[in-house]
Amino acid sequence: MLVLDLALKSLRNRAFSTSLTVGSIALSVALLIGVENVRVGTRDSFSNTISQTDLIVGAKGGTIQLLLYSVFGMGAPTNNLSWDTYREWAEHPAIEWTIPYGLGDSHRGFRVIGTNEDFYRHYRYRGGQEIALAEGRAGSGVFDVTLGADVASELGYGIGDEVEVTHGIGEVGFLNHDHMHFEVVGILDKTFTPVDRAVYVTLEGIEAIHFGWEDGAPPMPGEEHTHEEVLAMDEIEITQVTSFFAGATNRRDVLRLQREINDYEDEPMMAVIPGVALNEMWQGIGYAETGLRLVTIFVVLVGLLGMLVSLYTSLNERRREMAILRAVGAGPNRIVALLVLESVCLAAAGALSGLALVYALLSVGQPLVEAQVGLFIPIRPPGVIELLLLCAVVTAGFLMGFVPALKAYRTALHDGLAVRV
Amino acid sequence: MSLAIDLRRLRFRYGGGPWVLDIPELTLERRARAFLFGPSGSGKTTLLGVLAGVLEAEEGEVRVLGKDLASLSGAQRDAFRAEHIGYVFQMFNLIPYLSVLDNIALPARMHAGRRARLDGAGVKETAALLADHLHIGDLLKKPVTELSVGQQQRVAACRALIGAPELIVADEPTSSLDFDRREAFLELLFQECERAGATLVFVSHDRTLEGMFSRTISLPDVNKAVL
Repeated sequence: MLVLDLALKSLRNRAFSTSLTVGSIALSVALLIGVENVRVGTRDSFSNTISQTDLIVGAKGGTIQLLLYSVFGMGAPTNNLSWDTYREWAEHPAIEWTIPYGLGDSHRGFRVIGTNEDFYRHYRYRGGQEIALAEGRAGSGVFDVTLGADVASELGYGIGDEVEVTHGIGEVGFLNHDHMHFEVVGILDKTFTPVDRAVYVTLEGIEAIHFGWEDGAPPMPGEEHTHEEVLAMDEIEITQVTSFFAGATNRRDVLRLQREINDYEDEPMMAVIPGVALNEMWQGIGYAETGLRLVTIFVVLVGLLGMLVSLYTSLNERRREMAILRAVGAGPNRIVALLVLESVCLAAAGALSGLALVYALLSVGQPLVEAQVGLFIPIRPPGVIELLLLCAVVTAGFLMGFVPALKAYRTALHDGLAVRV
Repeated sequence: MSLAIDLRRLRFRYGGGPWVLDIPELTLERRARAFLFGPSGSGKTTLLGVLAGVLEAEEGEVRVLGKDLASLSGAQRDAFRAEHIGYVFQMFNLIPYLSVLDNIALPARMHAGRRARLDGAGVKETAALLADHLHIGDLLKKPVTELSVGQQQRVAACRALIGAPELIVADEPTSSLDFDRREAFLELLFQECERAGATLVFVSHDRTLEGMFSRTISLPDVNKAVL
């Protein structure tokens, strides 16, 4: 206890360099834990982009590709499914609900998604939150458009504005379906998911803009359908969907359903389980994660090295102190213990302040980050990872303490009771 | 009763360097007030280090208070020093981050053997009593950095004396004091050594104090390593 008392008093006596050292360790530990928190937050919000969907079904191709174009609005779908096939599966007894998606068009760089009322009814994100309307109503007519929150705010659209839809996905489509005019009837609440960056129309709307495109080429002059002609139609026949989301009646059936869909013979198609595919994808970008973590670990090491330097350089001016301690009967081992203990105290104080700093920053910054970046970083009590990190920092402080301690040990043995230079 | 110090054929050197000490014989009876004299570089501090068991003699026999130091391990020598020896340095005697009281109490807190010599009194009470004897009783709560040099040396003397060790070793404790204060300090030190029945080894290169001691040892005369 005497040694601990001495260590604490000695650290307090050098308050300035002690607080600098503790501060630098605290900052590095805060960075490490902060990055860990952001990583978990990012991961959570990534895997929560879509929730409660058991299967995503599309034409046969890459699983990640299907996920990318269906959920994240990235990349282009290769093929569509026929409407009949979709209906067959939608009525499958093991499937409770579906959301059909017709993709392939864009509006000023934002994806256009053809869907139906099932989207508003069944789509869930981040732990089961529903799609909600900020203004207007969910589109149901052929030329109705519902906008994601970002689309509306970035393009400055309001209810009643006219919108043109472009065939193809580029920023500026070269073939505009500008003979038909869509009208904004609703704007969705912000979700902080890719939903915010999409333009929602009905499946009928998608069909309408493609009248005359059945062979993939623009309609011959004179064969275009006009806005009024489309409006006059009793019923527009939907011929295809790009993919659909499905919820199983019973979750235990999901794997069986997936196999059944993958083996479907009438049309090449595939089903992915979003959780599994998201995980797969996350692992693909996990290298960046590892790199980031490595960098922060090095930052902590640099912080600890700063402590080492400060302890080591203080040794010379403390030789008197060591000689006095020796004279009153402290063995070299006590000298070692004193310095190691000082190092451990510095590391522990740094680690704990770092942890406190993270929580302080989180409690202030969490709402800001959520509003600005759409990243929700949960404030959790310190978990196993944090405890392991803290233990690692304190252990590193303990081990590093031996460097100045052994130096002091040798000096103490050599100096005896005098200070020799 | 054994001698306080009994050295035979002692030889010491740092690492593989030249001999610093080569003392065929040196003895000191108990309760003596010895004045150990020698110019700088004559090995005074080194000899004290050997007597205190901080430095280990390479050859010869070192008996302190009847104990053969060579027969003790390093840790045992540390314990022996803690229990039986009080040490006063020339200057910078005090741990800067401890209060006056904590500095005085340090040996008693360092080793249970020294604590046991307090005769049942508390560490604090004993320290305060000693401080009173040396006229620094009003300084106990002060940080040591606020003391004058003379006050610091008296705190160091208190620390050496706490728990009444049998041997007090003082390495030029008065060299940073002016003459009047030297005598006053020595008088107090003698008084306390007398009270505790301790042997005093007082080192100095300044012979003006010699007359106050019961015995003078000239290190150049006993140390053959000094040419």
